[in-house]
Amino acid sequence: MTENTTPVVQNTVVTLIEDSENNEVFLTSASEEKVSIASNWQLVWWRFRKNKLAVISLFLLIFVLTIILFPDFYANQPSEQTNARQAYIPIQKLHFIKDGRLDLWVEKVEGQRNPKTLGMEWVTVPDESVDVKFFGKGMKWEFLFWETDRHLFAAEDSSERVFLLGSDRMGRDQWSRLMYATRTSLTVGMVSVILSVFLGVVLGGISGYFGGTADMIIQRLIEVLNSVPYVPIWMAMTAALPRTWTSEQRFFAITVILSLLGWTTLGREVRGKFLSIREEDFVMSAELIGCSKARVIFKHMLPTFFSHIIATGTLSIPMMIVNETSLSFLGLGLRPPAISFGVMLQEAQNVQTMAKAPWLMIPGLVVVIAVLMFNLVGDGLRDAADPYSK
Amino acid sequence: MASYILKRLLVIPILLLVFSVVIFILIQAPPGDFMTTYSAILAGSGSSLDAEQLDAMRVSYGLDQPLHVQYLRWMEKLFHGDMGLSLLYMLPNKQLIGERLGLTVLLALFSFFLSWLIAIPAGIYTAVNKNSFGDYFFTVINYIGVAIPNFFLALLLMWFFYSKFGWNLVGLFSPEYEMAPWSWGKFVDLLKHIWLPGIVLALGGSARLTRVMRANLLDELGKPYMITGRAKGLSEWKLILKSPVRLALNPLVSTIGNYIPQLFSGSLVVATVMNLQNIGPLLLQALSMQDMYLSGSILLVYCLLAIVGTIISDLLLAWIDPRIRME
Repeated sequence: MTENTTPVVQNTVVTLIEDSENNEVFLTSASEEKVSIASNWQLVWWRFRKNKLAVISLFLLIFVLTIILFPDFYANQPSEQTNARQAYIPIQKLHFIKDGRLDLWVEKVEGQRNPKTLGMEWVTVPDESVDVKFFGKGMKWEFLFWETDRHLFAAEDSSERVFLLGSDRMGRDQWSRLMYATRTSLTVGMVSVILSVFLGVVLGGISGYFGGTADMIIQRLIEVLNSVPYVPIWMAMTAALPRTWTSEQRFFAITVILSLLGWTTLGREVRGKFLSIREEDFVMSAELIGCSKARVIFKHMLPTFFSHIIATGTLSIPMMIVNETSLSFLGLGLRPPAISFGVMLQEAQNVQTMAKAPWLMIPGLVVVIAVLMFNLVGDGLRDAADPYSK
Repeated sequence: MASYILKRLLVIPILLLVFSVVIFILIQAPPGDFMTTYSAILAGSGSSLDAEQLDAMRVSYGLDQPLHVQYLRWMEKLFHGDMGLSLLYMLPNKQLIGERLGLTVLLALFSFFLSWLIAIPAGIYTAVNKNSFGDYFFTVINYIGVAIPNFFLALLLMWFFYSKFGWNLVGLFSPEYEMAPWSWGKFVDLLKHIWLPGIVLALGGSARLTRVMRANLLDELGKPYMITGRAKGLSEWKLILKSPVRLALNPLVSTIGNYIPQLFSGSLVVATVMNLQNIGPLLLQALSMQDMYLSGSILLVYCLLAIVGTIISDLLLAWIDPRIRME
């Protein structure tokens, strides 16, 4: 199960395997052989594929990962480009057909003062449009050593601004900001889960493999951490961060803070797994032929439940994303100029603003979608993690 | 049973002691103290205090002492039931927290019962009518209920009721009852307001509980005793409610231990959004103003609530499941 071969699967064979799990169909010897020599990951993937919702979410997730890597490509304006005269512009719908031909454009909007309330109201100008181009040119951005000015969408006339998801109080483009927010929030979620997986595996492993005093101490630690009220303690921890820290430092600190309390579930699980397989024959034989402790743990024991760890990890990413969002929303997590879902949602803190500009709540919807995606993939992985169970 | 309860109760003071040290370190950690914030606020409003006056105030509040002395003094006062003085409100912390603690507990209990009230019937219905339209409907609702952050749900509902009906659903009381002493009228007024935050807090929990209930019940429904029951001519509903539901409830009780503490701290963000007068917004304010003994006391109260919640669930579990009692 250590070899990393990508699954090369012939369709006919797989159908037979799939059927075999539901009803006891007689297996041809070819497919039987396929199962018996398949690596663990191959078996996991075959099972995972059966869950259509999880597969769709996985593809969406891979797409979202490209946003994390290239937010500048999906954005079309600098995240901090403000213009007080372009505040609270509603969503400009993207049209695909113009004069019967395929062409991207949005309606041109114009601000008008309401004579009674003196508030700015945005109305569409009839018969005028702002042309939008796929892969149009905009601000420059770079990735590693590669510099470009292409974006997914950009206004054809670079002096025009297009607000695909409306603009906020300061006239910043929500679409572009959302791309950067996606990067920040999802990175916080994933990195803090990676950290807590690391803590969970190390501490749970020590506790389960070595036992004794270390086990006792770690077990008590987990008990104490489990009775901690997370949100208030997280708040106190983030409030304790020095105000002079830069966004990057805060970002790192918050990731660490989230993972410090988040590893206990995984720690318990890993400990249980270690306890149950410590007595297995293959562990004893590895020890008898003189493998070092590290080799026994990392080469022989860990791979048997690694897919479980990944599944549990994936399922705990949503919690982390939601926690970061709540903390930043309260003003305790990330702070501007950092952009995360929570920072963006701060713009929508009172009902009057929300009634005036409901599009300010879109970051919240993105949180829901992201959480759903991770949950569905995680559920699929958890069910697939144990390929030999029914 | 008695020794089990005693053992669980003995853990409370030990845990609280551990937490008090951690909390004290946390509230001490930010650079500066309340006086720094206070003088910054005064400077912002035009007046100011010179360094000597600030130092004199530090001495009178004991903020100049070394850390361990401050901690011991805090603990000593706590043992005498004195939580200190809020520098922000110039009121005893005990009074500030006491006023709001009842509402915190009430809101948490209200949403706790609400979520069970939704989850058990929904779980039974979806398990009995597996793969029906209703089952899929609840599955979708559950997925969304788990995915939606509760403060965002609060924002959405507040926006919906404001833009559709013009209701501004903020706070737990109407303005005329806000400061009034408790009366029947105030209680009725509270019931008129508590349902929305209650639903917001209950939804996520009930979604999880419904899933657990459905899975547990599905396991039970396939067992042979169901066939025996049917063969004896029991009516279907009587049969389902009599045995499998009761068995399926067992694992559900074990989730209370995590759930009650979650409700207490989960209400914190929602309370801030909806401006509910419980200890959540007070904590946020105390933390941002560095009113350290107020935030420390509130954090300790949260810890106590969490511990008590866990212990109540342990006891409930021991009460309904004899196997745990025997251990």
